Amino acid sequence: METMSALTPAEVAELRAAFPYFALQAGLPTPPAYLDAAATSQRPAAVLDAERRFLETANAAVHRGTSGAVGAATEAFEGARAAVARFVGAAAPEQIVWAENATDALNIVALGIGEASANPALGVPGSERFAVGPGDEILVTEAEHHANLIPWQRLAARTGATFRYIPVREDGTWTIDDARAALTERTRVFAFAHISNVTGYVAPVAELAALARSVGALTVLDACQSVPHIPVDLDALGVDFAAFSGHKMLGPNGVGVLYGRPELLAALPPSRTGGSAITRVTMESAEFMPPPMRFEPGTQPVSQAVGLGAAVEFLSAVGMERAAAREHELVERLVAGIEETPGVRLLGPADPAQRVALAAVSVEGLHAHDVGQFLDEQGVLVRVGHHCAQPLHRAFGIASSTRASVHLTTTEDEIDRFLDALRGAQRYFGVEVSA
Amino acid sequence: MSALDGLYQELILDHSKRPVGKGALEAPDGALTASHHEFNPSCGDEIDLSIAVDAESGRIERLAWEGQGCSISMASASILSQLVRDEQLTIEEAQLRIAAFREMIQARGAGEPDEELLGDAVALQGVAKFVMRVKCAMLGWVALEADLRQVEGQRA
Repeated sequence: METMSALTPAEVAELRAAFPYFALQAGLPTPPAYLDAAATSQRPAAVLDAERRFLETANAAVHRGTSGAVGAATEAFEGARAAVARFVGAAAPEQIVWAENATDALNIVALGIGEASANPALGVPGSERFAVGPGDEILVTEAEHHANLIPWQRLAARTGATFRYIPVREDGTWTIDDARAALTERTRVFAFAHISNVTGYVAPVAELAALARSVGALTVLDACQSVPHIPVDLDALGVDFAAFSGHKMLGPNGVGVLYGRPELLAALPPSRTGGSAITRVTMESAEFMPPPMRFEPGTQPVSQAVGLGAAVEFLSAVGMERAAAREHELVERLVAGIEETPGVRLLGPADPAQRVALAAVSVEGLHAHDVGQFLDEQGVLVRVGHHCAQPLHRAFGIASSTRASVHLTTTEDEIDRFLDALRGAQRYFGVEVSA
Repeated sequence: MSALDGLYQELILDHSKRPVGKGALEAPDGALTASHHEFNPSCGDEIDLSIAVDAESGRIERLAWEGQGCSISMASASILSQLVRDEQLTIEEAQLRIAAFREMIQARGAGEPDEELLGDAVALQGVAKFVMRVKCAMLGWVALEADLRQVEGQRA
């Protein structure tokens, strides 16, 4: 990341002006310090405008009918798919499937494998390759977001496969050695997060994917916290499937992405069926479209996809290397400030080089909701709770934590306000610890 | 007083640090007992609240709870315990108070709570301004409500 110069504070100020949310708040006496990008990001005017412009000038039922208007709308919709494909290193736009969100995308994979396992005859040619059953293993890690955990628990329960997980170490991380020890010849699916939404820990994806491939396991990557923050080349990483959500990467709500390797998407059965995902339908049966449309039955989130296309163009124009270098500086500042504050426990790796985008803490003697309430009054907006990762919090011996997350628009001042407010909360509730 | 100070009144912070009623239930012989686990999935706060009720009079003779959570949920359960203990409430009286408490918490700061009914629990009125904390304040009260339903079932 050092090879590329980070965005400068002046460039960040310019960037913030391109976000109506920040521009409007800038006039307030105490503008909020928005440190909740890991939950949802703010959107630049370019994204809001693209969505609105599409609806005002080009809205039509994509992939349906023959009019020129439909053709233009379909081009915009498919153009967004191509833009997202380029952004995440997918060689072909057909590797990008629109989903409702990342959770939905992960479910498309897990449920599709379930379909292939239940009755291969119902599937599509080649779907037997996905079938799992008793004796097979599905592997995740203890650090997963519920979205990359529960679909796999259920797949195992439905098929009789064995559900296993890599336990986290004391600092909430897990290593390639842990993965090597857990992966066996029986592992069929290995699902894990590129970047943990609690610890910010960056998994060595390329090595893990190669390791999984060597035992014949499919890799499913939760890329929700990586794609918005660092350059991600999914083809090069060698994962089989990946999921990420639009609203965490400056895009609209209601659209997420499933990425897949072409030959795998081609063999994966659809778990939800209906109109426009089919080729030939009789009163007895249906045949399905090739990907991506096979997985997109019913009306799609068209303007949202167009907005997401604008979001990736925006991020590309900024430059993901430069954004990542900038965010790395911010995370270093955040982690250093936390480490200097007695009575505040940093969750996840202490070395900022091992983490991206965020830091969660537990304040001794204080519940995260109370911390969050104090921070809220100071105008510091963070996430408090278990961040959809109850098992990981249980491993830390806590029920909830306070998470600050940064984005390319975050300022040093916002980080400092968070750190000040943390110390302020300790004083307010009388739990400060002397150094 | 700022909204934050209104939320975290001294009385609430005191209760959260030295909670009343925390521990195991010691039910008198012959009493009807009930226990309920209440969980707030958004933050992981939880409480196990148990009661012992005199079968004849319907009075709550003992109330005890175990739990973990934020200062609001813990203080609220503590204040509730004190109220039940001090006033020797019957099932019906407790239900009336739960209803009054719920009304206060959901009123978004409008109206005056009935201090005669709620006692120290009126200190939790500040919660009403923070919609995301309503569940915290209600945790123990909802658990008691469930216990009371169980006991009513046993008496019927």
